[in-house]
Amino acid sequence: MVGHAEGSPLYPGARGKRGLSSWRWLLTRGGLSAVLATTSMSGAFACPDASPRGTGDLGLVIERAVGRVQLVETTGRTVLARIEGLGDLSHASLVYSRDGRYAYVFGRDGGLTKVDLLCARIERRVMQAGNSIGGAISQDGRLVAVENYTPGGVKVFASDTLELLADIPAEYGDGKRAKVVGLVDAPGSRFVFSLFEPGEIWVADLSDPRKPAVEKFGNVGKAPYDALITPDGRYYLAGLFGEDGLALLDLWHPERGVRRVLDGYGRGEEKLPVYKMPHLRGWAIAGRHAYLPAIGRHEVLVVDTESWTEAGRIAVAGQPVFVMARPDGRQVWVNFALPANDTVQVIDTETRAVVQTLKPGKAVLHMEFTPRGEAVWISARDDDRVLVYDTASFMRLTELPADKPSGIFFTARAFRVGF
Amino acid sequence: MAFSGSRGFAPALFAGLVLSSVPACPADSEPGARGASPAPLRQSELVHLVRHDCGSCHGLTLAGGLGPALLPEAMAGKPIEYLEHVILYGRSGTAMPAWKGLVSEDDARWIAQELRKGFPRER
Repeated sequence: MVGHAEGSPLYPGARGKRGLSSWRWLLTRGGLSAVLATTSMSGAFACPDASPRGTGDLGLVIERAVGRVQLVETTGRTVLARIEGLGDLSHASLVYSRDGRYAYVFGRDGGLTKVDLLCARIERRVMQAGNSIGGAISQDGRLVAVENYTPGGVKVFASDTLELLADIPAEYGDGKRAKVVGLVDAPGSRFVFSLFEPGEIWVADLSDPRKPAVEKFGNVGKAPYDALITPDGRYYLAGLFGEDGLALLDLWHPERGVRRVLDGYGRGEEKLPVYKMPHLRGWAIAGRHAYLPAIGRHEVLVVDTESWTEAGRIAVAGQPVFVMARPDGRQVWVNFALPANDTVQVIDTETRAVVQTLKPGKAVLHMEFTPRGEAVWISARDDDRVLVYDTASFMRLTELPADKPSGIFFTARAFRVGF
Repeated sequence: MAFSGSRGFAPALFAGLVLSSVPACPADSEPGARGASPAPLRQSELVHLVRHDCGSCHGLTLAGGLGPALLPEAMAGKPIEYLEHVILYGRSGTAMPAWKGLVSEDDARWIAQELRKGFPRER
């Protein structure tokens, strides 16, 4: 890493010794007017003392119990900085600005925090709801949408200022508010999300950000718990907790309505207890197949994304939580709910066999591949560490201390629909 | 959990509980006083379990998430036996699973009692 100056404890040390000397340099060499000019320019490009650096190998790790994120880099596999003051991160996720510089962190307590990765600091922060679950960023990067449980709905903010632009209450029945889940960005300033209680899918078009146009699809199935959009931005797929199946909306043809796929995959058998809700995202897609967590079954379901019919199922060690394809689609990595939450299994997508079972640590909560997939970072909450594995040899490359780590998010997400 | 109608669920469960728990504990006259409290080490494991694993739906602060809030205000008026039963056997038709494979009856009762009082933080 360039610019990790001696005496400057954290990258990039925006307020460190070098910062002061830079300012002194400006004052002595150019006089006040030059400083003012530089300052106004630096509104768009802060941290005048930091050496230039890209963000493509950066990421954030959520430290869920202490309201803090770690800034990490995946080239040297090190922690660059810790950023405090993000509130309740007990369920936290984030998205990145299109330039890969800023993260928008969605906290459980309704906090929306814009973090500057290059300066390793909080840029802005607003409390926008009482209880929040996640969010998405629009295709053009201008809008950040947050999905809320309390009060149930979606709020849309300007990504630069975090000004509230639109509030979409998730009302159903006689004025009740539903919890919103499965919010994704879709091409064309649209956001798609699901309503947990009434089982609805809504498509909000924010071409005019202050006047969202919402199209609603009712009776999509019982208790949608999360959803994904395929990497091409065409299909929105909501997982159902209350019944065996998933709800599919073709965003190229919304007039065809929502249809059920994998209907009755549980074959009427009694469900096993689900101690943690699975998560869905575009990482489920490997080649032409989607690999999805079954609910109440220790199986990964394989779905053909051309016909949307079942193409197989793979027995695994427990209730799957994250089922994530390596970026090249050759492997699918799976972690599990209690009591198998110390285990990670790797499926070879060519043979559909479990080819590796790892025990990375206690309470494995999340996995994140490096942008091209040569390594995977895994958080082990109860061991207070993040482990990095080589995905070809399955060797442990390193481990990093972290306080109750949960989500790991690399900046390559900035360039993917649905992340 | 509200999605299949929170009205009507609690009374039905509670009725079932009274029937099933009376034969099991014939000598019990004082609610919440049966059995032994978990040992201190187990108690700290349970605090961790509730804060982090129950917390994945109910929130680390137990202020609620996909599952309802478990703060004392929300627990007030709910009998210990009812809470213990929900912990052990879950609530059918909702996302609340049966935890009986992971916690004992004594564990569940202790958790229920602590939830009523205001659940301890992790040390």
